[in-house]
Amino acid sequence: MSKNIIQHINKIFDHRIRLGIMSILMVNEYAEFNTLKELLGATDGNLASHIKALEKAEFIHIEKQFIGKKPNTRYSTSKLGKLEFKKHINALEKLIKQ
Amino acid sequence: MTQQDYLKDLSEIKHLMNKSSRFISLSGLSGIMAGVYALIGSAYAYWLVTTSVKGYLILDGKIFNIVLLDLFFIAFCTVVTAIFFTVRKAKKNGESVFDKTGLRAMANFLIPLVTGGIYILIILNQQKYGQTGALMLIFYGLALVNASKHTLGKIQYLGYIEIILGIICAILPGYGFWLWVLGFGVMHIIYGTFMHFKYDRKTL
Repeated sequence: MSKNIIQHINKIFDHRIRLGIMSILMVNEYAEFNTLKELLGATDGNLASHIKALEKAEFIHIEKQFIGKKPNTRYSTSKLGKLEFKKHINALEKLIKQ
Repeated sequence: MTQQDYLKDLSEIKHLMNKSSRFISLSGLSGIMAGVYALIGSAYAYWLVTTSVKGYLILDGKIFNIVLLDLFFIAFCTVVTAIFFTVRKAKKNGESVFDKTGLRAMANFLIPLVTGGIYILIILNQQKYGQTGALMLIFYGLALVNASKHTLGKIQYLGYIEIILGIICAILPGYGFWLWVLGFGVMHIIYGTFMHFKYDRKTL
């Protein structure tokens, strides 16, 4: 039983910033880099590296566009990301109840 | 990780979700309707004043009272329509107007608006009529900017425009009526149309 739960604890989410990014994107259609930075209180480099890790796992989509001449990047969750995040949360909850 | 750490993770997730979520059920249609009411109401006021015997507005006349009543009627219709459309859209989105994000958006909108409303009533009682239009625009703009932190849909830009119109209106009280029509009528229709096509259509 407990082995089963551990399987669902996702290594990729095992960091406060990554968990934070996913939490924010789960309840918002999308978020911009600066919004994430502000909410999580992370530095540019730190946030960027965690975003990269989530992107590599294909848990989030990155959408680059220009608003006028300013580059603007939006992040949103992928279907896979949503599914994995839910699994992760369920596993966490079960672990606590044990 | 210990059990304590997992618990901390979960409460952090919950906290971030609450803090970051925004109310998305503002209805574009209600914006358009608000603009239409404002235009009809102001056209009626314009007609009343220009066809009156004097042809201009005096402050203690009967017509002034009708214009005030007209104004309150516009405000009342706007609020009822906005509630109707927003509740309907919230239902469609599976959101509640009275959940945390909805209530927070509403509180942030109402605090500057009610403050402004009370202030305007107080100075109207002191027979200071000149700045009413400007004050309405400015406080409404501030209310929008304040609520925008908790809503999707970029209402802060509508707020900035209302504030700028209000300040121009304060400098040029003679154009108060036309600036009011522009701010509450035309801008609402433009913004409502933009919102409707950007957000509403997708969910319909």
